[in-house]
Amino acid sequence: MTRDGLLPNYTRRDFIKTCVAVSAMLGLPASMVSKVAEAAQNSDSRPTVIWLHFQECTGCSESLLRSSHPAVATLILDMISLDYHETLMAGSGHQAEKSLHDSMMANKGNYILVVEGGIPTKDNGIYCKVSGKTALESLTHAAEGAAAIISIGTCASYGGIQSVGPNPTGAVGVRDIVKDKPIINIPGCPPNPYNFLSTVLYYVTFKKLPELDQMGRPKFAFGRRIHEHCERRPHFDAGRFARAFGDEGHSQGYCLYKLGCKGPATYANCSVLRFNDGAAWPVGIGHPCIGCTEPDLLFKTAIADKVQIHEPTPFDSYAPIDLKEKGKGPDPLTTGVIGLAAGAAIGAGAMMAKKLPDGPDKGDDRGKSD
Amino acid sequence: MRNTSRREFLALLGATGATLLAGKASGETRELRPINDTELGMLYDATRCVGCKACMAACKRVNRDSGGLSYESAPFDKDKLWDAPTDLSGSTRTLIKLYKSPEKRWSYVKYSCMHCQEPSCVSVCPVSAMTKDKVTGIVEYDKNKCIGCRYCQIACAFNIPRFQWERKAPQIVKCDLCSSTNLKGKGITACAEVCPAGAITFGKRGDLLKDAHDRIIANPGRYVSYIYGEQELGGTNHLYLAGVPFDNLGLPNLPNKAPAEFSEHIQHTIYKGFIAPVALYGYLCVRALWNRKKAESAGIQEEEE
Amino acid sequence: MAEHSNEFVRVHGKIFTKPFFVLLALSLVGVFLIIVRFARGIGAVTNLSDGYPWGIWIAYDVATGTAIACGGYAIAILVYIRNRWKYHPLIRSAILTSLFGYCLAGFSVVVDVGRPWNAYGFFTPSRWQPNSAMFEVALCIMAYCVVQIIEFLPSVLCVLEHGKMKRLQKVFYYFRPQHTTRDEAMVETALEWVHSAVAWFHPKFNNLLIFIVVLGLVLPTMHQSSLGSLMLIAPTKLHPLWHTGFLPLLFLINCMYMGYSIVILESIISSFILKREYEVKELSGLAHIIPWLATAWLAVRLGDLIHRGQVAAIFRGDFYSLFFLAEFLLLAVGSLLLFNRELWTSPRWLFITAVMMLLGGGLYRFNVYLIGFNPGRGWHYFPSLAEAMITVGIIAIEILGYQVLIKLLPVLPNQHLHRNIAPAQPHKLPCVAVRG
Repeated sequence: MTRDGLLPNYTRRDFIKTCVAVSAMLGLPASMVSKVAEAAQNSDSRPTVIWLHFQECTGCSESLLRSSHPAVATLILDMISLDYHETLMAGSGHQAEKSLHDSMMANKGNYILVVEGGIPTKDNGIYCKVSGKTALESLTHAAEGAAAIISIGTCASYGGIQSVGPNPTGAVGVRDIVKDKPIINIPGCPPNPYNFLSTVLYYVTFKKLPELDQMGRPKFAFGRRIHEHCERRPHFDAGRFARAFGDEGHSQGYCLYKLGCKGPATYANCSVLRFNDGAAWPVGIGHPCIGCTEPDLLFKTAIADKVQIHEPTPFDSYAPIDLKEKGKGPDPLTTGVIGLAAGAAIGAGAMMAKKLPDGPDKGDDRGKSD
Repeated sequence: MRNTSRREFLALLGATGATLLAGKASGETRELRPINDTELGMLYDATRCVGCKACMAACKRVNRDSGGLSYESAPFDKDKLWDAPTDLSGSTRTLIKLYKSPEKRWSYVKYSCMHCQEPSCVSVCPVSAMTKDKVTGIVEYDKNKCIGCRYCQIACAFNIPRFQWERKAPQIVKCDLCSSTNLKGKGITACAEVCPAGAITFGKRGDLLKDAHDRIIANPGRYVSYIYGEQELGGTNHLYLAGVPFDNLGLPNLPNKAPAEFSEHIQHTIYKGFIAPVALYGYLCVRALWNRKKAESAGIQEEEE
Repeated sequence: MAEHSNEFVRVHGKIFTKPFFVLLALSLVGVFLIIVRFARGIGAVTNLSDGYPWGIWIAYDVATGTAIACGGYAIAILVYIRNRWKYHPLIRSAILTSLFGYCLAGFSVVVDVGRPWNAYGFFTPSRWQPNSAMFEVALCIMAYCVVQIIEFLPSVLCVLEHGKMKRLQKVFYYFRPQHTTRDEAMVETALEWVHSAVAWFHPKFNNLLIFIVVLGLVLPTMHQSSLGSLMLIAPTKLHPLWHTGFLPLLFLINCMYMGYSIVILESIISSFILKREYEVKELSGLAHIIPWLATAWLAVRLGDLIHRGQVAAIFRGDFYSLFFLAEFLLLAVGSLLLFNRELWTSPRWLFITAVMMLLGGGLYRFNVYLIGFNPGRGWHYFPSLAEAMITVGIIAIEILGYQVLIKLLPVLPNQHLHRNIAPAQPHKLPCVAVRG
C-alpha cells in the first residue's frame, strides 16, 4: 500500500492546493500555508491517531470518506498515522486489537484519540462491547495515554440519539466520562468532515488546540449561528415564509422558520461550507435545520417545533418619518366624564351665585341668631 | 394709606421688572461656553446609508443589559420574531427611518442623542442624573441618581430622551455613545463599528466637521450644502449630512442659541450668590419686627395669630 | 381671660356629614388608583407619553394647585409686611388651605415621578445641580411645607393648652368600657401635664414664629417664580404666546392675585355652607388689591407680547389664540369688575369675580405647562380617566381635611368678636367654639 500505488495522479500541486484550502478554512493567513504543508508532509512526525467506535451509526466516518481535500487516503497516508479504525483498517480480530495495544504503548502520551459514538454507562456499560471489553473500559484505558481527545459527531460529544429519553443504556458523551484530558467536540449528525480535518491539521501544525467555545467546540466552525449566515435570511427579515412543504413559499425558497428550522438556535457552519464538497445543505434544498450540533435540539425537540428568537433583529420595513399618531389623545369616556363634571361644577357655581346675597345687608340672616 | 400701599406696590413691581430686564439685556455679553471640538461624536452620512439597520441591531445587542432595553414586537408579530420599533422609545436608543420623497429621491435617517455642546437635559436635571463628561463630551445618564421627573424630556428640543412608561421601575433611555459598553471595550461605538456602508463615522468633532466639509466640497451635487448639528442649539456632537432637506428627515429647524444659556442666565441673575433671597429675608424681617413693635405699642393684642 | 383672645373658633358641627362621605368616597377612589399606579407603572394609569411627559398632575396639582394654595402667602404679606391687622382673622384658614395645597402638591409629585426612591438625592450635596430651576423648586416647596406646618401649630397648641379634648377622651374610654375613678384621675393628670407643657412652650414659640413667617414669605416668592422659570428651557416647544423671559415675574404676580382670590372664594363658600356671616369687611379689602395686581400682570403680558412681536398671534383664531384670549379675557373682565367698588361688598359678585380670576390665572398656568406646549407633529395628550380621578381624589382629600380640621381646631375667625357682641357663654374656655 504505497503512495504511488494508491494515488498515482496525486501531484505535489494537488497537495499544496489541499493545504491552501485547509488553511483558509481554519482562518489562517496565507503565509501559514507552507507551515501547514510542512507539518502535513513530514512523515516522520506524522501524529498517531487512534479512532474508537462505540454506539454509532458510522455516519461520521462515512462523512469523512466524502471529503476530497484532503481525501481520506491522503489524510491517513501522508498526514496522520491512523493506527486503529475499525471501518478503514485492513486487519480485524485479534490482529486489530494487538495493533491497538501496541500503538497505545508505543505512542503513550502522544496520540490523538478520536471517539465516534456514544458510551453506555448503565449496568457497567455492558450494552456496547468490543473484543470483550465494554466501551467504558476501552475509552477510559485509551484516554489515559492520549494527548487530546476529539469527539467526532453529536453522539460522542453529547450522547446522541441513544441518549434521548428514556436513555435505556445510560448513553453519554466523552466529556461526561473523561475529565482530565483536553477534549474537542466536533458535533453534527454527521459533522462536516472539514471541521474535523481542520481541527486535526491545526493540532498537527501548532501542537495546540484551536480556540474552543463553552461547549468545547472549535470557534472557527461553531462560533456563529446558522441564522446569522443563511442565504434565506433576507426572506426571514422580510417575513416571507414557507408554511408547508411544497407550497408556493416553499418552492420560492422562502425561509423555513415556520416549518421548524432550528437555525436561530444552532451554532454551526453548514450554511457556509455545505456538504458533499459544497453541493448542498439541508436548508438550501428545502428542509429546515434540525439543530444537529446542539445537545438540546437534536432528537430532543420535534423537527416542526419553532424555536424562540432570543436576540430579534429589525424587520425589513421602515417606519415613516411622520408618525401620524403619537401619544394618547382623548377617549370618549374620559371626555364625557370630564365634560359632565365641568358642567356640574359650572352649574353648581351658577346656582350658588344666585343664592348668594348681593350686598352686605341683603340676603338671609346669618349668624345673627344666638 | 391705601394710596400709599398701591403706589409702593407698583414701585416694587417696577423695580423687579427693571432688574429682570437689565439682567436680560446684559445676557448677550454673558460668558459663552466655547465650542469644544475635541469632544467625541459621530457623523452620519445619510447618502451612504443603505438602511440595513445593522446599527440598530448592534446597539440593542451591546447595550441591552446595561441600558435596560428590550425588544419591541410589531402588532402582527405574534411569535416575536423581530425587533420592530417605530420610534425611539424606552427600549430603543437608535432608529433608522426612511424618507420617500415624491420625486423619487429617497433617504434614510438615523436618530439618536445629539450629544449637544450645551445640553438642555444636563442643565435641567435637578439631581445630576444627566451629566456631560468634561473630556469626551458624552452626555450620560445615571439611573441610580434619576428621580424620574422627566424634565429632561421637556427640555430636549430634539425629543430624544425616552421614558419606560410601562415599567414599575422606569428609567430614561437614550444613546450614550456606548460609554459603558463598546466604547470602553473597543474604543468605538457599536453602530459605527458595525456599519457596513461607512455611513457612521466616529471620532472627534473637529475631525468629523472637517471630513464633512471635505465631502461636501468633493461632491456638491450629492449633498445639501449644510452640516446639521454644526450650529444648532449651540452645536451638537452628532452631525448629519444628507442629500435631501433636513426638515424632511424629521430633523427640526432650530435656532443657534442654546436654550440652557437663556434659562441659566435668568436663573443666575435672580439668584446669584443667593444674595437676593437673603436680602429679601433680611428686609422683610426688619419690616415685620417693626410692624410688630408698632402694633404692640398701639395696644393691639396679637400674641396669637 | 383677657390675655387669650377668642379670635379664632372651632366650628361646631358633626364631622360625619353627607359631604364628608362623598369626599371620602372620591378620596378612596383616588387612593386606590394611586396604588394601581405604583403596582403597574405610570403608563398603566396615565395618558402621558414621551412627547407629553407632564400632564395634569404637573399642570394642575403642582403648578396650578400651589398657586391656589398661595392664600397663606398673600394674607401674610398683608398682615405682617403691609401691617394690615384687620386681615389677621383670615390668616389661619388661609394657612390651612395653603398647607394642604402644598403638601398634597408634594404628594402629587411623589406619585408622578418614576423613581421616587432616589429623591434623597435632593439632600445629597454631591448630586445638587443648582442650574436647574426644578432643583430650587423642589427644595423650596419642601421647606415651605415644613414652614407651613409650623405656622399652623398655634391653633393646635391652643387646643392642647386649653382644650379638654373630649373627642379624644371618648376614644380612650371606648377601649376601657369599665373605667374607674382612677382612670379619670389619670386622664385629668395627663391633660394637666399637657396643658402646662404647652403653656411653657407657647410664648417662646410665639416669639420665634415671626422669623418662620418671614421665611414663609421668601420661599414662595422664590419657588412660584421658579415654577415659571421651569419652562424657560423649552423655547422651541412652548408657543411664543407664552414663552418669554418674563415667565418668572408673571408666575409670581399670578400667584399673588390667585392667592387673594382663593381666600375670597374659600371664605364665601365656607360661610355659605356653614351658614356663617359673610366676612365682607375683610374680603372687600382684598377685592381692592386684586385688580391692581392683575392689571400689572396684564400690562407686563401685553408689553412683552408687543416687544416680541407676537400680537398677530393673538388674533390668529387658531387653537393657541383661542386659549390665550380665554385666559386674557377672564382676567381682564374679572379685574374690570373688581375696579367697581360697589361689588366689593356683594358676596355674589365677590364669588363670581374670584372664580373668574382663579379660572383665568389657572388657565394661564395650564397654558404654559400643557396647552401651549407642542413637542412636535403628531403628539397628542388628554388625561386618562384614572389620571383625572387621582387629581380629583387629591383635591377631595384637601377639602375633606379642611372640613374636618376646622371642626377640630380653632381656625375660622370668631364672628362675634368682630361685631363686638360678647360670647354667649363667657365662662367657656377660650379658643374653643361657641356656636361659630
